[in-house]
Amino acid sequence: MTIYAHEWWVIATAVACCVACGVIGCFLVLRRLSMLGDAIAHAVLPGLAVAFMVSGSRAVGPMLLGAAGAGLLTVGLSSVLQKRARIAEDAAIGVVFTGMFATGVLMITWVASTIDLDPGCVLYGLLEFVAFDTVVVGGLEVPRALVALLVVAGVNIAVVAVFLKELRIVAFDPALAATMGISVGVVHYGLMGLVAATTVVSFEAVGSILVVTMLVAPGATAHLLTDRLGRMLWLTGVIAAASAVLGYFAAVWLNTSIAGMISVVAGGLFAAAVFLAPRHGYLGKVVVRGLLSMRIAREDVLAFLYRWEERAGQQGVRGPGAWQIAAALEQPVLTPVAIWWLGRLGWVGPGPVLTEAGRATAVGVVRSHRLWESYLAKHLPLAGDHLHAPSHRVEHFIGPGMREELAGELGAGRDPHGREIPGEDRSG
Amino acid sequence: MRLLTLQDENTRLVVLGSALLGLSAGVVGSFAVLRRRALVGDAVAHAALPGVCAAWLVFGERSLPLFLAGGLLFGLLAVVCLAFLRAQTRIKDDAAMAVVLGSFFGLGIVLSRVAQNRPSGALAGLDGFLFGKAASMVRQDVEMIALVSGASLVLVAVLFKEFQLVCFDRAFGGAQGWPVGWLDLGLMSVLVCCTVVGLPAVGVVLMAALLVIPAVTARFWTDRLGVMVVLAGVIGAVASATGAGLSAVLPPPPGSLSRGWPTGPMIVLSATAAFGVSMLAAPRRGIVAEWLRRRALVRRIAQQHLLRGVFECQEAGRDLGRAVSERELLSARSWGEGELAAAVRVAVGRDLVTREGDGLKLTPTGVEEASRVVRAHRLWALYLVDQAGIASDHVDRDADEIEHVLDAAVIRGLEERLLATGKLPASGRGLPVVGGEA
Repeated sequence: MTIYAHEWWVIATAVACCVACGVIGCFLVLRRLSMLGDAIAHAVLPGLAVAFMVSGSRAVGPMLLGAAGAGLLTVGLSSVLQKRARIAEDAAIGVVFTGMFATGVLMITWVASTIDLDPGCVLYGLLEFVAFDTVVVGGLEVPRALVALLVVAGVNIAVVAVFLKELRIVAFDPALAATMGISVGVVHYGLMGLVAATTVVSFEAVGSILVVTMLVAPGATAHLLTDRLGRMLWLTGVIAAASAVLGYFAAVWLNTSIAGMISVVAGGLFAAAVFLAPRHGYLGKVVVRGLLSMRIAREDVLAFLYRWEERAGQQGVRGPGAWQIAAALEQPVLTPVAIWWLGRLGWVGPGPVLTEAGRATAVGVVRSHRLWESYLAKHLPLAGDHLHAPSHRVEHFIGPGMREELAGELGAGRDPHGREIPGEDRSG
Repeated sequence: MRLLTLQDENTRLVVLGSALLGLSAGVVGSFAVLRRRALVGDAVAHAALPGVCAAWLVFGERSLPLFLAGGLLFGLLAVVCLAFLRAQTRIKDDAAMAVVLGSFFGLGIVLSRVAQNRPSGALAGLDGFLFGKAASMVRQDVEMIALVSGASLVLVAVLFKEFQLVCFDRAFGGAQGWPVGWLDLGLMSVLVCCTVVGLPAVGVVLMAALLVIPAVTARFWTDRLGVMVVLAGVIGAVASATGAGLSAVLPPPPGSLSRGWPTGPMIVLSATAAFGVSMLAAPRRGIVAEWLRRRALVRRIAQQHLLRGVFECQEAGRDLGRAVSERELLSARSWGEGELAAAVRVAVGRDLVTREGDGLKLTPTGVEEASRVVRAHRLWALYLVDQAGIASDHVDRDADEIEHVLDAAVIRGLEERLLATGKLPASGRGLPVVGGEA
């Protein structure tokens, strides 16, 4: 597959746009202001319309000014509504940006005969055609959008690098920031101004709504992958660039909208992180929970067999069948698996019967259980028939060290039901 | 004229359809706003787009019910995604909404472009879903809106108590054994239905507005959920009908090639106007009422400061009948000349002080009022020193702030406590008795 020169320009523009949005968007994600990004992206419309009306042209300067003004107006108005009229944050944002958007549409209708503003361009962007609108930089013909986006990306990265400390403190602990003499308001409005400016410049390339994905999705994805701000920032950059490149090729392959496809890829990477992220991923959590459930089920089976032996008065006695144990433990699915697993570990022999190794673990569990019952009976005014259930839950989380402390504190050889508390197994 | 009296069949349809849409959106939106899910409507409206395109790609036929079914499917999918992200990941609501909104919408654009490349012909009218074309509403659309609105209204009426529970105290509902998760999802599903059915009429962004603005507007006027829901429905219906009517009646912009003012933005601006008026003028929660209340409080406090100032100056001069000059008052506490002059003007008007030469004297009512204030101040200062163990040179400012809100019952209580501990001075520079000399 050959990649032509103009395609390289498109890819470069897409990457610059995604990185510019992603870096600044990290702070929207961290400060829970993502939907304010969406609101700004919509609300710059009247700002653009006013800039058209006043300047009569589509020059970049007035457009940026109008859009940044409209963006800041959105932020300011919604915070005024929150404070003065006591409206919830999301509702305030909803009222302001929809009102602004409606005003913008009407303004554009008003001036529609004199200027050329295509709503389709505002919505979808024209990433496919960036290579046709070029400026000469250092003897090289470079797409105008790319130059603008590179400038914005540079400014964003520079601002984040220089003010990282301030941004970090305001993002994680605004109260602390205020006591340290950092003006939370200045940081907030500065950030929002950057978001507005980034939105406008990205507008032409990817359209108004996809800017929202570029702002939030890479940051949210990175947020799932790490707990460190520094790492989150560069991961965001990498994810943003990857979304742009993958999105481009997917779009070419399907012969469809590049900006749309980049959004889909960014969403797809986010979904992948949601499921696969090592610590915060859903699958990881499911596996950890599953392993814990299995350990608990195994220990319950061991303790059951230990009590069975105890009741029979001799070791090595055969327990009941798997289904009976499962019924007794009220775990019809996990118990048979646990018994099979214990067999593999060599803790339970065919029969089922406890092996030496199995008995060692079982003693620990039963000892934890009875020690905890004794402890509860001594220190909490619980009825005798209310001791078993909490001990049954907590027995799996009491290790040898804690058992020793409990035993020292209690100094008793029998639990509240009069059963012997087995001694610590010292053999293994 | 025919337009103004709604005799035109088409205009009548448009106004009726918009009003029905506004009614149901206002009612359902009330719950969404109270549940802090005001922007879910926005996310769902965007997320429905790929459904519309997918319906076109799959069935290859331009039919409104199929489009709506596709939109409904993807809207519900978005709501389920949001619920999953909220419950199972560290991603916060706002980021979840932005990502779902953006990537679903991106998918919609991808699918629409794929559809355009089909030889069977472009998907016409997609722009209608984005910006809304209420003016081209036909009888079938209005019937569809009526059906969905009616169904949502019935559902809200039947599940009113349950939705109320979910909105105000979800944890309590859960503890009571209600399936709050399903109720939440049910509420969001009704929201999705209303949103999707409104898309062809007012478009994506403006549908989000119809869900939020009437509800927030109604909230200004009442603290009762029942009243708010009805009011929001009425506001939504009236604003929609007004907007639709205006866009039909107003002459198109000069030199415009289009057929006139777009309906969606007109509807939203009508709703926004209602919001603005309510925000300013609502009796209790309105900004004007709030400002008046605050100004009255500031005035009352200034009055009490003035009275106490005059009283204490007189007391310091050991002559409770003498006139106190403004210079003396100015040095007695930190206030500006303008502030003092304004307070004096009001106090003279209320017959609390009289001017005598270039000084001020308390009238009998003034003396009574001043005694009360000074008494409250000194009792609180004593209480702070005695009970809170605060140094005596730190209590004056605290007492300064609280003296204005101590009512008679609290003062009696303070007296009793201080008397009981033997800390209430019996005489001397003590506590003025209300209505008389110390």
